[in-house]
Amino acid sequence: MDLVKKIFFTSSGMITVAILLVIVSYILIKGLPFIDFEFIFSNPIDSGKSGGIFPMIISSLYLLVLTALIAVPVGVGSAIYMTQYCKSNTFVKVVRFCSQTLSAIPSIIYGLFGFAFLIMFLKLDWSLFTASVVLAIMSVPTIFQVSEISIDSVPKELIEASFGLGACKSQAITSVILPSAISGIFTGIILALTRAISEAAAVMYVVGSTFTVPLSIFDAGRPLPLHLYILASEGVSADNAYATASVLIIIVLVITVFSNYCLNRYQNKMEGL
Amino acid sequence: MKITVKDFNVNLDDKHILNNINLNIKRNSIHAIIGSSGCGKSTFIKSINRMNDLVKNFKSSGKILLDGKNIYDDDIDVVNLRKRVGMVFQKANPFAKSIFDNVAYGLRIAGCEDSGYIKNTVLDSLDSVGLLDEVKDKLYESAFKLSGGQQQRLCIARTIAISPEVILMDEPCSALDPLSTLKVEELINELKDEYTIVLVTHNMQQARRISDYTSFFLDGVLVENGRTEDIFSNPKCEKTENYIAGRFG
Repeated sequence: MDLVKKIFFTSSGMITVAILLVIVSYILIKGLPFIDFEFIFSNPIDSGKSGGIFPMIISSLYLLVLTALIAVPVGVGSAIYMTQYCKSNTFVKVVRFCSQTLSAIPSIIYGLFGFAFLIMFLKLDWSLFTASVVLAIMSVPTIFQVSEISIDSVPKELIEASFGLGACKSQAITSVILPSAISGIFTGIILALTRAISEAAAVMYVVGSTFTVPLSIFDAGRPLPLHLYILASEGVSADNAYATASVLIIIVLVITVFSNYCLNRYQNKMEGL
Repeated sequence: MKITVKDFNVNLDDKHILNNINLNIKRNSIHAIIGSSGCGKSTFIKSINRMNDLVKNFKSSGKILLDGKNIYDDDIDVVNLRKRVGMVFQKANPFAKSIFDNVAYGLRIAGCEDSGYIKNTVLDSLDSVGLLDEVKDKLYESAFKLSGGQQQRLCIARTIAISPEVILMDEPCSALDPLSTLKVEELINELKDEYTIVLVTHNMQQARRISDYTSFFLDGVLVENGRTEDIFSNPKCEKTENYIAGRFG
């Protein structure tokens, strides 16, 4: 019986890793040969049939930073409020329920909402700004939920020690609670942001579409996933679609690896390892 | 009297945790609180620095006077109260910071920016808990590198760094080995010259060894209270006698 269980668990683990490896390597094998200096640093020519994806990379980076600037304070802030300040259990439950529901909504709905509300109702222009607002709305539930769990799991003894030494609430939060919960919060942020910059459906109706490098956040843009979607769905260039996908995967990978590295270093420093 | 407790009651949800406690705690003495698990000892000492305010549905009535002033009055600043009444917990709970920063924590959150003063206070505090020689070469290393006993003494140093008047200790040795326990007990003994110490303990030998006064709690009621030697050698109440003889608890 033990052997059966072992085989089951081992094979599920192997399957998970295998699926990931197959997808990533398939895309990289198909895409990497078309990536060179010119592809990264030049504008697309002929709707992306040839040329590069520089404006798309810049659009995506804009979206990453803008989304983080909006979603992180709101998500982490609401988690702090819910765990530390809010006195009403009912309210916490309602917010938690809403946020779980929100994170289950398909991204295309966020896209349509953004279009209906930001573009049609508020009469904003298609831009990186409106796109990042939509992406931020989409990211907040994830950041909120993961932060809430991390803050809740900070040992009660540490918080008591902080109060016992004469800390007021905000001092306990900034000097003890957040540093202890930071690794969980950070994981939630990375999870939400990497999902956000990989998103085509949520931004397609609000970001506009352009082949030029966006200069301001109020310019229209064309982030990598959207470009990839158009290249593939309209049959513009399969090779460039794979190359674009490879670049996107590499960016996500770099963000994940780099942030984990920073987090580990920070934690080791805190724990003196 | 440093602390006077008058008709003090605590309710948590619908449970009556402490029942009409009346108690005096003398300045510069070690006052032990003994009793079996769940008798309200911890609730009692956490009431003295209002740590229980953090507990949901906590309600109290009656008074606890610190130097004659009721700490449950509306005009009491709880943050300031906790600076005057420090606390050491059951399990050593250093922050994920360096040894130095752990001890400096209380000073820094109080707004002290004089780095020379902070440094002197940290070193003095570590010295008074007998830790300075052991850690002087690794002040800036993580507090997690210390042993359990050293961590608990660090937590005591952290508490005395903010110069409280009273130190509450909630079973400070329960997670320590006998040798570390001995060191912490010696330290507590030395500390009473400067501080008033309220010590909750499960360990009756410990209460007997180091405390001047002992209060015996049972099911939220203060059963007996007096000089430690009287309580242990000549208990007036049968329940106390049974408890210290180890017949229950």
